[in-house]
Amino acid sequence: MSRASHWSFTQHDADAITRILLNFLQETNSRSALLVDRSGQLVTTVGEQPQFDATAFATLAAADFSANDQLAKLIGETDFTTLFHQGERDSMYVADVARRLILVVLFDQRTTLGLVRLRLKAAVAELNQVFLRPPDAQSADLGASHLLAGAEDDIDRLFS
Amino acid sequence: MSVINYASREINCKIVYYGPGLGGKTTNLEHVYARVAPDTRGKLISLATENERTLFFDFLPVDLGTIRGFKTRFHLYTVPGQVYYNASRKLILKGVDGVVFVADSQVERQEANIEAMQNLYDNMAEYGYDITRMPFVIQYNKRDLPNAAPIDELDLLLNPGFEVVDPIRQRQMADPHNPSRLLVSQLPTGEWVEHAPSIEAVAVAGDGVFDTLKAVSKLVLKSLASSS
Repeated sequence: MSRASHWSFTQHDADAITRILLNFLQETNSRSALLVDRSGQLVTTVGEQPQFDATAFATLAAADFSANDQLAKLIGETDFTTLFHQGERDSMYVADVARRLILVVLFDQRTTLGLVRLRLKAAVAELNQVFLRPPDAQSADLGASHLLAGAEDDIDRLFS
Repeated sequence: MSVINYASREINCKIVYYGPGLGGKTTNLEHVYARVAPDTRGKLISLATENERTLFFDFLPVDLGTIRGFKTRFHLYTVPGQVYYNASRKLILKGVDGVVFVADSQVERQEANIEAMQNLYDNMAEYGYDITRMPFVIQYNKRDLPNAAPIDELDLLLNPGFEVVDPIRQRQMADPHNPSRLLVSQLPTGEWVEHAPSIEAVAVAGDGVFDTLKAVSKLVLKSLASSS
């Protein structure tokens, strides 16, 4: 079997991201921010804990973003780096992070789209720094091989 | 692409059920949803047309247990069966860790099976993924139907084997799901070939559904364990 592709999200990454996003939420008075892997997996939620199914939300948000990426290509754009969905009470703003993740910001009438959009640029730039670090600068190899080394028996037991 | 989240202590993997229209992909997910404990699965999301044909995808997250203190979460997706939804099929394959091809065993569906298999290879190649070198399981579904083709015939069409070039893997290996069959074998010409593991199923009755899920999940975790 070939090497599986994977990436690890460390406690160190989590701390850095939480700090950046909490700061952004405070500056803009937004409700919550969800960081989602492009393949649809929820990485973290910061701010108000959502009352909905966050796993399903993450999958649909990633699909929405990917579908819009393809729409962009059809009209001759490379991609749409941000998306905005407006609701009566709640709205969401979605932005690309490091071509690997998407950031979904949920906000209501306590703030404005302009402020969210303005501050989001800076927050995304900071997040890019976290995710675009060269691999050797990332804290110790906490990859799958490290975690699952010698775990063949554990894996067999899981399915026995 | 698997995501190992040290902060929430989760290993997240993505499995895609691929195959021709009306082959039983959604039925597989519905059976898993109905049979696993509610606290180990999320909502079954279906983006379907009015007549229940999958338009974009079906999605079901399931927890399959804990390894070394990490919850193993598998995100199961199906793709639309019809070729004219190829754009959405391709999107769903993004970041996939393991693939299940659900083949329709009926004789008259062989052309549709081959077309879907070719389309899978093409779409994977467009992402730069090599399906022959990643967790891949074939499910021969609808084995209960009187017009089901023999397994040997299906194997010949859909699972003829791919060349094994790595000398370490050039040794006979039996199929754990069918010990009388070899997954890796040497041809009379001296070439080594490997077949994808295959499982017989009647998804509508639940037969073979969990065997398939276990087989592909195990392959995904083992491939993660051997990655570096």
